[in-house]
Amino acid sequence: MTPETRRSGARRVLPGFGLTLGYTMVYLSLIVLIPLSAVFFRSLGLGWGHFWEVVTAPRVTASLRLSFGASLIAALINAVFGLIVAWVLVRHTFPFKRLADAIVDLPFALPTAVAGIALTALYAPNGWLGSLLGRWGIQVAFTPLGIVVALTFIGLPFVVRTLQPVLEDLDKEVEQAAATLGASAAQTFARVILPALWPAMLTGFALSFARAVGEYGSVIFIAGNMPMKSEIAPLLIVTKLEQYDFAGATAIAVVMLVLSFAIMLGINAFQHWALTRHGGR
Amino acid sequence: MAAAETRIPRPLPKTGRLVLIAVALTFLGLFLVLPLLVVFVQALSKGVSAYASAISDPTAWAAVKLTLLVAAIAVPFNLVFGVAAAWAIAKFEFRGKSALITLIDLPFAVSPVIAGLVFILLFGAHGWFGGTLRAHHIRVVFAVPGIVLATIFVTFPFIARELIPVMQAQGKDDEETAVSLGATGWQTFWRVTLPNIRWGLMYGVLLCNARAMGEFGAVSVVSGHIRGLTDTMPLHVEILYNEYSYAAAFAVASLLALLALLTLAGKGFLEWRQPELRHAARRARWRENS
Repeated sequence: MTPETRRSGARRVLPGFGLTLGYTMVYLSLIVLIPLSAVFFRSLGLGWGHFWEVVTAPRVTASLRLSFGASLIAALINAVFGLIVAWVLVRHTFPFKRLADAIVDLPFALPTAVAGIALTALYAPNGWLGSLLGRWGIQVAFTPLGIVVALTFIGLPFVVRTLQPVLEDLDKEVEQAAATLGASAAQTFARVILPALWPAMLTGFALSFARAVGEYGSVIFIAGNMPMKSEIAPLLIVTKLEQYDFAGATAIAVVMLVLSFAIMLGINAFQHWALTRHGGR
Repeated sequence: MAAAETRIPRPLPKTGRLVLIAVALTFLGLFLVLPLLVVFVQALSKGVSAYASAISDPTAWAAVKLTLLVAAIAVPFNLVFGVAAAWAIAKFEFRGKSALITLIDLPFAVSPVIAGLVFILLFGAHGWFGGTLRAHHIRVVFAVPGIVLATIFVTFPFIARELIPVMQAQGKDDEETAVSLGATGWQTFWRVTLPNIRWGLMYGVLLCNARAMGEFGAVSVVSGHIRGLTDTMPLHVEILYNEYSYAAAFAVASLLALLALLTLAGKGFLEWRQPELRHAARRARWRENS
């Protein structure tokens, strides 16, 4: 597995290759690879029948459906509004623009537990937004809607920060040419801008989705955590651990890991495909 | 610039532009600014003296100290790793490099809860090494070592992924010159490489530290929630909140929110010192795959 160099020039001036790569591999194995493999080995001990029984239990499938479903909705919201935010930040000038740009990273910097209690306070029936929405009969906190709100908060920077560099590199003159030739704003967007942006959009969407699926801290406060209704998969893992049901916790973890890795590999393969097809950007 | 704007038709009319800006700012305001604001308002809802006493509570202080301790161990570990990985990846060509970069990013794809579970399965009472650890009276899970390990796992990629593109952009000419003039490897690193990458290094440390101090899910699973002993600041916020001590929970949370604001300010400063740092990691990922 250890990669060896192509000794093309047979000349390596700088020292430290063996030391740094060796250290990297050892540290990576000790901290990440071996511990993660423990989850897979433990699930092998379950046997296929037991594993399947755990994973297809109604409470487990309900939590997985909720985690993936709410993450999907949140990632879609972020794809739309993230594009608008990124567009406005790259293309337009307005007061406090630097501040607006800086605050986009807040979900990266703010501990998830803090985000969780803050969103709950906002959307609780007596909160600033909760009381407002309550008049329309909409309840957000302690319902699946609250989960979507928390996951939208968590995922926003992924879309904005993936789109920004691509938008900065996008040639303004092509749009101006389209406008000069009589294209409407909508036509220019659909025919000129979107084709150039969608690989980055899909990447941002997938990153925000992947982060949302595993998210725990910001969700558990606002979710209500009712089994079968508003209980996300990571919370079910914690619940099973607290009941010393290691087999159950491990089985759910394996399902989540396999799905997350598939998404991550998908993103990489997709970027590779998009960039070789559309040329390096 | 103004002249050009009048001559070339703009794809988007002025009203459209204003609507877009309004939508973006409303979205940011509702989803990001309000939650931040509510933390401070709730923290001070019982008055300044209640705030002060919530923060000076001994268990709150124990949580602050533990959080600082965990970050002070986890960040240097990942810093050394980040520098080593970036040196190997940026200065040398070898097969499997992009696979290695993907593996370094792996912890990003793992739910924090699963990161915690992993260490329970390894070091817990029923874990692989549980018996050995008990025989030697070493506690890892439900103790500080477990919290540190889970934090290292979760923050593992942060410094490496910022440093790799920075070092790649520097190239290796400076280092090769130094070595050909007779400098040793360490001299080259300390005198040539380190000054070149110092802003990128600080950038990675800043982001890594923010996550290390704020991590909740992974730490929550391995901590055991022993008040005053294995209780980090985010966990302490949860305990207070679940006890319905809302003002106290938000008081501790406000300290973490201040840390977040400081992190954003530091990030802004470093990006101002070295604009390439902005988006460096994401740009590199695009290039890597092309």
